[in-house]
Amino acid sequence: MRTSKKSLRGTVGTVAAVAVLALAGCGSSTPSTPGGSAAPGGMQVPDLKALDKLGTPEGQVNVLAWPGYVEDGSNDPKVDWVSDFEKSSGCTVNIKTFGTSDEAVQLMRTGQYDTVSASGDATLRLIAAGDVEPVNTSLIPNYADIFDALKMKPWNSVNGVAYGIPHGRGANLLMYRTDMVKPAPDSWAAVFDQAGAQKGKVTAYDSPIYIADAALYLMTTKPELGIKDPYALDETQLAAAVDLLKAQKANISEYWSDYLKEVQAFKNGSTTIGTTWQVIANVAQSEKAPVEAVLPKEGATGWSDTWMVSAKSKNKTCAYTFIDHIVSPKVNAQIAEYFGEAPANKKACAETADPNHCKVFHAEDEAYFSKVRYWNTPISACLDGRTDVKCTDYATWTKAWTEIRNS
Amino acid sequence: MRPRRGLAILLGPPMLWLVVVYLGALAVIFATAFWTTDPFTNLVVRTFTLENFRELLTPTYLGIIGRTLLIAVLVTVLCMVVAIPFAFFMARVAPRRLRGLLLAAVLVPLWASYLVKAYAWRTMLQPDGVIDSTFGATPGFGLAAVVLTLTYLWLPYMVLPVYAAFERLPESHLEASADLGGRPWTTFRRVVLPALLPAVAAGSVFTFSLSLGDYIAVQIVGGKLQVLGTAVLQNITLDLPFAAALGTASVVIMVLYLLAVRRTGALDNL
Repeated sequence: MRTSKKSLRGTVGTVAAVAVLALAGCGSSTPSTPGGSAAPGGMQVPDLKALDKLGTPEGQVNVLAWPGYVEDGSNDPKVDWVSDFEKSSGCTVNIKTFGTSDEAVQLMRTGQYDTVSASGDATLRLIAAGDVEPVNTSLIPNYADIFDALKMKPWNSVNGVAYGIPHGRGANLLMYRTDMVKPAPDSWAAVFDQAGAQKGKVTAYDSPIYIADAALYLMTTKPELGIKDPYALDETQLAAAVDLLKAQKANISEYWSDYLKEVQAFKNGSTTIGTTWQVIANVAQSEKAPVEAVLPKEGATGWSDTWMVSAKSKNKTCAYTFIDHIVSPKVNAQIAEYFGEAPANKKACAETADPNHCKVFHAEDEAYFSKVRYWNTPISACLDGRTDVKCTDYATWTKAWTEIRNS
Repeated sequence: MRPRRGLAILLGPPMLWLVVVYLGALAVIFATAFWTTDPFTNLVVRTFTLENFRELLTPTYLGIIGRTLLIAVLVTVLCMVVAIPFAFFMARVAPRRLRGLLLAAVLVPLWASYLVKAYAWRTMLQPDGVIDSTFGATPGFGLAAVVLTLTYLWLPYMVLPVYAAFERLPESHLEASADLGGRPWTTFRRVVLPALLPAVAAGSVFTFSLSLGDYIAVQIVGGKLQVLGTAVLQNITLDLPFAAALGTASVVIMVLYLLAVRRTGALDNL
């Protein structure tokens, strides 16, 4: 073993030399990153123009979406709000789903997609890197009916320029097997401090952003840490969250990012408790799994999603008409009910099959959403306004998450 | 002159493919491993740094590399343990008619989709699955499950070369050994094993390299297990240069393994 390690290092050296030569070969290439400074107020954004008027439909639109947002009947023939749009608009909709915001950012960078439903932890990264361009809200007639509380927010606009159309919002919930977890949990403690009760059966979301869930739990259980915003953690606060997650790992069966895998794990009982989305609970229940999803008393992390347009898109007219269709009252209502979230369009509340949907999901309840911490990108300038310390940025969170997963 | 041009036309496209697409891609991976990323946008920034390789040598990642190696070695050893007696039976004991059937039995699983087989193991290993209800216990999702699944997936790659080696082994060698007073065990050790070694080494190239790079089966039956492949996958969206450095590690391991195998003479038989 010792010799092989030695020769491994030796080979690394050789490889390094080769790579240096390779680098010298393409030395003419210039750094391709635009500004990308991390200061929230003075974030440098590439100078891109929004579309000024719609042209003729290009015939197709490539959509990158969270699972459950764009359904064309291929998962469930009864769930389809795309086919009619394809006929009426002349735009064929090609759907690609993703499991984490990081995956969305990566896929968006390929330039193969025209529009994306991005959460708050992806939007600013896409804007700063010049992957998405501002949107002309006057070309989206249904924008007028969107809740004012969702418009021109820090995650969907920069310096007063809109970069997307709000889609809807909701909270990450705690799902559990009603037959295996008793009594019914009402606190995130069930997956942290008391996770031992379900040892080897706990699940967690496989993304660095899940650190915020631990931070949120620490806000109530360890007030002495002084966490005000789960996305603004200084070194000590992050370390506390990481320790909590490392302790949790002993009780984890699997981490999930593929929602169908989570449904299966809950169905067969290899997982009994963990974080989820409402749509996952709905799918699991429809497949006869005895599960329930609750919003724990500590509050929750959540999302407020935005439809954005790729700067490299060749199908912008179709992208705009598609987004307008998605946020139109009827469709927005269908999505909100299928995914289990609050719609963005005010008029959607009158179109839901369950007349109480908007009430149940608190569509107009700003007090409720003040308890939901939307996914956001952590940056070194503290998002909670502290100026005496430096906060940990997403790169640090990524390293921390890798460390947790590998501990 | 003409035959030369013909040869150039014949060899040109495959060579171009090999150099540009195959080796070129590898070179780009190596080069990327020396870059870094922007902390906010995660875009690749082309400034030279050795940080990625330095991080590779921290306990966390040495642990992952060690774990991946352990899985690859266990899978290879298990494949040998199952394949050698089975191939012996197939080539030497079974009647000729049965031989074809057995060979088909080994080959048929190769026609089924990799994913179907991996998910089948997930279903078998889950609580209340076939394994649980038959044996009263299941290893659950984790290292043992990954080793089991990968052993199942790669077994044919070990059986086939070993079977071929047994078949090629002349009966006269065994008889000569017996005539010269060799007991069965001595015959196996001094005659059969040396003839078998190159075939086993060739088979192990497949089982070892396929296990080393696998990340899909690990995701399906590995639970929270982290190996080189899943670490690459985890970093590829957020830190491409580091993912490239991790990829380099598996390439280096494989090159070392191939060099070791070459010494057995197995590569001459491929």
